[in-house]
Amino acid sequence: MSEQMTGAQIMCEALIREGVEVMFGIPGGAIMPFYFAMWEYRDRLRHVLCRHEQGAGHAAEGYARSTGRIGVCIGTSGPGVTNLVTPIADAMMDSTPLLAICGQVGSHVLGKDAFQETDITGITMPITKHNYLVKDANELAYVFKEAIHIATTGRPGPVLIDITKDAMQKSVVPNWDIKLNLPGYKPTYQPNRKQIREALKLLSQAKKPLIIAGNGVIMSGAGDELRHFAEKLRIPVITTLHGIGSFPEEHPLSIGMPGMHGWVHVNRAIQTCDVLFNIGGRFDDRVTGKASTFAPNAKVIHVDIDPSEIGKNVKVTVPIVGDARATLLALLEEMPAREELADLHSAASDWMEHIREMQDKHQGKQQYVNRADTLHMALPPHDVYEKINQTLALRGNYRVVTDVGQHQMWAAQLLDWNAGPRTHITSGGAATMGFSVPASLGVALAHPDETIWVICGDGGFQMTNQEMATIHQEGIKNIKVAIINNGYLGMVRQWQELFENKRYSGTPLSGPDFAKLAEAYHWKGITVEHSDQVQAAIDEAYATDGPVLIDFRVEREVNVFPMVPQNASIGEMITVDPQAS
Amino acid sequence: MKKHTIVALVQDRPGVLTRVAGLIRRRGYNIESLAVGHSEQPEISRLTLVIESDHVEQVVKQLYRLIEVIKVSDVTDDPIVEREMVVLKLHAPSSVRHEIVSISGVFEAKIVDVGANTMIVEMTGTPSKVENFIEVVRGYGIKEMMRTGRIAMVRGARGHNASEYVENTNGSGVVPTLN
Repeated sequence: MSEQMTGAQIMCEALIREGVEVMFGIPGGAIMPFYFAMWEYRDRLRHVLCRHEQGAGHAAEGYARSTGRIGVCIGTSGPGVTNLVTPIADAMMDSTPLLAICGQVGSHVLGKDAFQETDITGITMPITKHNYLVKDANELAYVFKEAIHIATTGRPGPVLIDITKDAMQKSVVPNWDIKLNLPGYKPTYQPNRKQIREALKLLSQAKKPLIIAGNGVIMSGAGDELRHFAEKLRIPVITTLHGIGSFPEEHPLSIGMPGMHGWVHVNRAIQTCDVLFNIGGRFDDRVTGKASTFAPNAKVIHVDIDPSEIGKNVKVTVPIVGDARATLLALLEEMPAREELADLHSAASDWMEHIREMQDKHQGKQQYVNRADTLHMALPPHDVYEKINQTLALRGNYRVVTDVGQHQMWAAQLLDWNAGPRTHITSGGAATMGFSVPASLGVALAHPDETIWVICGDGGFQMTNQEMATIHQEGIKNIKVAIINNGYLGMVRQWQELFENKRYSGTPLSGPDFAKLAEAYHWKGITVEHSDQVQAAIDEAYATDGPVLIDFRVEREVNVFPMVPQNASIGEMITVDPQAS
Repeated sequence: MKKHTIVALVQDRPGVLTRVAGLIRRRGYNIESLAVGHSEQPEISRLTLVIESDHVEQVVKQLYRLIEVIKVSDVTDDPIVEREMVVLKLHAPSSVRHEIVSISGVFEAKIVDVGANTMIVEMTGTPSKVENFIEVVRGYGIKEMMRTGRIAMVRGARGHNASEYVENTNGSGVVPTLN
């Protein structure tokens, strides 16, 4: 192709060449040339008009997290891109491949406080994997290729390209054949074999080993390899919040989620284990509690594709830099003979029995759902989860998108996560309230044949609920929203109750009649105030050919337990509601 | 906290210095000195950083997260040549000029300008020698001082050879140096 194209046409062409099919954004002055060019490509490059750039960013994240492909969001200069800052930061914390495309003022007025000018490359430098300011149309073909390469390889992350309006308007002959020139960017996928053998040696001598599986297992598509590895060594598997889906919870080796709202038996197991094998998790402080007291008896093997994660929070005995799947494959290849695993295998059943005993003794999932102290309540939140959980398993393929707060932890705790990778989508590291509704838009577009459940609090819902209009406009029918409505910013209220003598400062929260709001947005709205109505509402949501919102008006002051207080050791859990006993 | 001398090779692209400095700031460390310039390869710059930190290994790892950072090493405990330059404008009435000239001779410093009551002296050496020289001439009255910041190079065959990292010349057409 040697004909001239405008910079904006090159941008569209570059996206198509990289396999992009859908983008989420909002136009404005500086980005108008891109929208002008986009029109010619509308059959191959779908644009979804969102109601707020934050929504566009989260929708792109939902698309990316549910598919593993890059999510693309667009904003104009100034407030358009500053509204993208939150989803960019969210994508950085949760390693999501995201491309943010921004219009910038003309290069001749750059730095002169022009109308809607913001130094977005300066603003996003610490929250992007990389970013660019492009002032010359000749650079666009190369920059888009490099940007998408960086966003999607190694440890994925957000990349932002800021393009001046004149660069989009100028016509040049694009050069598509420039090779990537990234001498400083060579992610290590293949692990060091010596370290692999070292790890296996440590594991084969263990009596109480544990595997922690994190987001890396999902992103590298290593679910099968993880299962083979755990089964061969007979090691119990813990899944972190972002590791949910990497290992089926119905598997006999699965023991559940660790950390601040993880199960007691899981945290106790971590505190007693002798070898801890973390694959693709980053020892976030919500997992470790007070890091200096974390896993005091364990030698730690840490596998991560990002070398800067290793040794950052937890002292590591065997560091392995590599892709989770490549590392598990190497571990399976180097697997010692059965005889050499005899000690490990003979200790395995005792260890598992010990963990299951702890699980029976303390609150595990089953005891927790049927809590005696919720019997007097008209609608305990747990009843909603129990019914959703039972229904999900019977009604075909699904994904669950959660927001941030109590409802998010209940979803992680109380649903049975057996539907595989990328079926649990949530904001973990940044914990961005308002994530779920727009994210579900991206998830639903990518998976039109599945039911996409949003579980959301009434606080987070009110931050981004205008994307209901986008969902309606795009004709998306497979989104079902369950608001766990307790009239509080519930997680903060819980902390105030437990640690601040019930000083409910800034947490009581009113909202509209959510069902009526849904109807105003051309959705179906249902209100549920009693446990008896839960199943019928869920059934109606499934029976409705269109988006549905169910306002579950749950008991207001129910807490998420078990819980590790902030900065405490994960061995010190609050296990039952002090009010209930 | 220990002082560390860090040598880095980086791609010569706009903003790379901001990225390096920003990352160190985010970790809460102070940059004591920073010197940047061309390496032996046109598209690769070389910088020497001096920072105070007890977690320098983490800083080095984090610097590697920057896409444009090619090689980083803490050379504090390596056999290195370290140099720094200082240019001083001294209060120098005719009565003391002779003394300043002779002290400069001892330190192999050069007199590069003489005014009515001032002299500009340029001196290059190890950071401690530079420090020493400054202390010796301080008594005459320092009117202005500019130091370059430390530069460092590992002795012998081992080191930071920028040409090892130039792999392709990008075929034809546009040069993606992104200027």
